[in-house]
Amino acid sequence: MLLKKKRGREGAEVPSSSLADIAFLLLVFFLVVTTIDVDTGIGLVLPPPPDDETPPPEIRERNMLTILMNAAGQIQMNDSRAAVRDVRPKVVSHITNNGVDPNLSESPRQAIVSIKTDRQTRYDFYIEMLDEVIGAYREVWNQQARELGFRDFQHYMNNVDGENVIRQNYPMNLSLAEPDAGS
Amino acid sequence: MSHFKKKQASTKQEVPTTAMPDIIFILLIFFMVVTVLREVELLVRVNLTDAENIEKIEQKRLVSYIYIGPEVLGPNRFGDTRIQIDDALVGNLAEIRRLMYDKLLEEPRMIVSLRVDEESEMGIVSDVKQELRQAQALRINYSTRRAAGADVQF
Repeated sequence: MLLKKKRGREGAEVPSSSLADIAFLLLVFFLVVTTIDVDTGIGLVLPPPPDDETPPPEIRERNMLTILMNAAGQIQMNDSRAAVRDVRPKVVSHITNNGVDPNLSESPRQAIVSIKTDRQTRYDFYIEMLDEVIGAYREVWNQQARELGFRDFQHYMNNVDGENVIRQNYPMNLSLAEPDAGS
Repeated sequence: MSHFKKKQASTKQEVPTTAMPDIIFILLIFFMVVTVLREVELLVRVNLTDAENIEKIEQKRLVSYIYIGPEVLGPNRFGDTRIQIDDALVGNLAEIRRLMYDKLLEEPRMIVSLRVDEESEMGIVSDVKQELRQAQALRINYSTRRAAGADVQF
């Protein structure tokens, strides 16, 4: 009688030997399900919707570098044809012109890059060209950061507190026009 | 003397396993936190294109996706280019404005990630962009894969 009571008390614990196995199973499930890829892409901020009361600001023609892309993916910059690999150096020289060339921008702050496509232009051609334009701005920013004694623009961004002078002096002024209806 | 020593050495050969469940639990919790289970079923084909000068989206919860691409009709059969938001195809463009405006009210810092098939035409992308402007959802991201050799910054 006495023995039986004792046995009953011993069995009152929850068995915990399988705890590790259960945790393993859950772990394997989440390992299989997880994808740790980060979303990457070209980030932009769209202009607010146009309103009818305020007219668009007046822009001097020399400050605007127009990039046109037709349905076949051919590029025209200002008035001459260009290849994709020409886009970056041309945009860089446009931004950093500082009034030297009368056809290019007066100052980096006023420099605008206007991009326009056809409705039939393929998306990947457009992204390829947009990528080059963004690359041109990054090249300029990196250059400015190096002149201030930093390794590159990323290094500058990590170390600067307060106002980001490079972004202020070299703003990314993109004008993404609505595409032409095309043929 | 030497006999004693030998015996002691042989008893300590095992790796201690008492901490194993704890370690596994820590791993488990890590993966539980990292996992995103909600994955939409794609009704359109989205083959992303590559780009070099890209940036990461750090805060995934701010992102809402718009998928643009040819509608999947069956294995290797594709229809016209359509727009998908959440789980459904969008019928007309004005719906985008309403949907995205509602989402923007819930999350004012929303970033719209445009996941566009590489063979799509700019016309439809631009139409979506105009609707986003009208909805005041101005922060967008053209989702691309990372080109080989490109470094992601910012």
